[in-house]
Amino acid sequence: MARLTMREAISQALWEEMERDPKVFIMGEEVGVWGGTYAVTRGFYDHFGPERVRDTPISEAAIVGAAIGAALVGLRPVAEIMTINFAFVAMDHIVNQAAKLHYMFGGQMVLPLVIRTVGGGGRQLGATHSQTPDAVFAHFPGLKVVAPGTPADAKGLLKAAIRCDDPVLFIEHATLYQLRGEVPEGDYTVPIGRSKVQREGRDVTIVTYSKMLDISLKAAEELAREDIEVEVVDLRTLRPLDMEPVLESVKKTNRAVVVEEGWKSYGVGAEVAARIYEEAFDYLDAPVKRVAQVEVPLPYNRTLEQLALPQVKDVVQAVKEVL
Amino acid sequence: MVKKEYLDLYYQMVVIRRLEERAAELYQQGKIGGFLHLYIGQEAVSTGIISVRRPEDRVITAYRDHGVAINCGVSAKEVMAELLGKATGCSKGKGGSMHLADVTKNFWGGHAIVGAHLPIAAGLALGDVYQNQKAVTICMFGDGATNIGFFHEALNLSKVWNLPVLWVCENNKYGMGTAVERASAVPEIALKADAYGMKRDQVDGMDVMKVRQVAARMIEEIRAGGGPQFLEVFTYRFRGHSMGDPERYRTPDEVRKWQQDDPIGIYHNYLLEHNIATEDELQKTIREAEEEVEEAVRFAEASPEPAPEDLFKHVYVSETC
Repeated sequence: MARLTMREAISQALWEEMERDPKVFIMGEEVGVWGGTYAVTRGFYDHFGPERVRDTPISEAAIVGAAIGAALVGLRPVAEIMTINFAFVAMDHIVNQAAKLHYMFGGQMVLPLVIRTVGGGGRQLGATHSQTPDAVFAHFPGLKVVAPGTPADAKGLLKAAIRCDDPVLFIEHATLYQLRGEVPEGDYTVPIGRSKVQREGRDVTIVTYSKMLDISLKAAEELAREDIEVEVVDLRTLRPLDMEPVLESVKKTNRAVVVEEGWKSYGVGAEVAARIYEEAFDYLDAPVKRVAQVEVPLPYNRTLEQLALPQVKDVVQAVKEVL
Repeated sequence: MVKKEYLDLYYQMVVIRRLEERAAELYQQGKIGGFLHLYIGQEAVSTGIISVRRPEDRVITAYRDHGVAINCGVSAKEVMAELLGKATGCSKGKGGSMHLADVTKNFWGGHAIVGAHLPIAAGLALGDVYQNQKAVTICMFGDGATNIGFFHEALNLSKVWNLPVLWVCENNKYGMGTAVERASAVPEIALKADAYGMKRDQVDGMDVMKVRQVAARMIEEIRAGGGPQFLEVFTYRFRGHSMGDPERYRTPDEVRKWQQDDPIGIYHNYLLEHNIATEDELQKTIREAEEEVEEAVRFAEASPEPAPEDLFKHVYVSETC
């Protein structure tokens, strides 16, 4: 296995799928000549050509809408929305069209569509460019929402998403592109809708995903030095949500902390905690604790921004509070 | 055109008219729920345009979609069953009046968010270009849709990428109850195509033969690779925006004036004046159309409701993949 960055893993998945299936193509802002604003598609335009690596106008509703149309007639578009903050201007096409057409027309319309986008704070981009609104999109039945936290999962889940016949919102994290990890070579897929234990432990269950997996694993390292063994469950897919590994873990540890980068109110932590209470209440020895972004629009100032985002020390403290 | 084709257009228009009159009655009886937007008065528009499409040409429209469905070849039975929410409806009772579709007939719906289907139409055409198909996508929408961002994004993209789309604006003078002049900075809607460097035309939408002629020319120019074009069709809906519209925005006189230009009446006279059909033949056609609609109502009423387990079908193609 090669050690790749998240960027390389995602790029490899896209490249391999485009080589494998001529129906797969990319469209989005600056995906072609520029090579992708996060350099994920660098080299694609020269290799695959302008028909399969399509630069679009700054026109998110048209990007997602046209990708839906192309998917309906049998193609497998990978539409890129430069950041998830711009997905709001394509909101109707994501949640009102992509998520509903298969159901609303009685199953006759099929949309093998991937919308790749990038979320997350921590880069001093200010309030409108730093959001983690994953839970908003996970609210809608009909859409699949995937947010990998390791390079291997990024590759495997993206390949699975491209082969999937349902619309998938694939959320990458802006500060994870340099993260390195072992990535299986060649035809490697990870099923959508499967959570995974990323670290085993007996004392407390941490449930998390995406960038917060990295933060949680660092917290687990720190806690291990104090002889606290944390089990870390990575959701990987927010919808459909696979609670089985979470519940199994909680039944073993009897304590849970949910760590997410988005705001706490109405968030992923709220959903996961509610499910734990509904399905494993009798196993709990302490209330479920949530670690999340504080409830402010993210500020530009670096110190203030970091104060708002969940840190390793916040996770360590939350784990100690449920012990 | 041979005589049978002329009579078939007449038949389709009468089926649409009669089907919607019956739907209005069924709505008032509580047998149809939700919203019901009638196409009555506008039948010549979709009948004329769709009569010149080839089977590979795709059609997509807004929520005033009953007529378009019929013209695309969806049976009156499946349309009526969908209005009644039955399992035998063209969308299996999941879509209702605003969400008719039959992709096997290349009819891609029935879309109820104003303007949202325009970018999707661009995508249908993109799919054809990508796969080297010589098909044209016909995208119909109302005058109201030309003021929303989706319209501008879709027209721009279609021109930038030279996509084979015929954009058809059905200008029936009102977006719900707001007159075009009160909603659009440029009330002559066809001029909006100029902003995107697009070839355009306008046509009297109450005359099916005129609509047909213009649409045929535009569709073939688009098919030849000339890029998207824009057609503004002047028409009028004789009924309210939807059932239960108090119609405070127009006078009965205005409606009566337009009803003198009834598209079925105009075509009826055309067929007689050109000695294409006799009055008896047209009356016979009307009776046949009425019988098809009555049969559709019987079929829809006798059809089963969707099963409770259908509630969870078609959320995804596959839960895991």
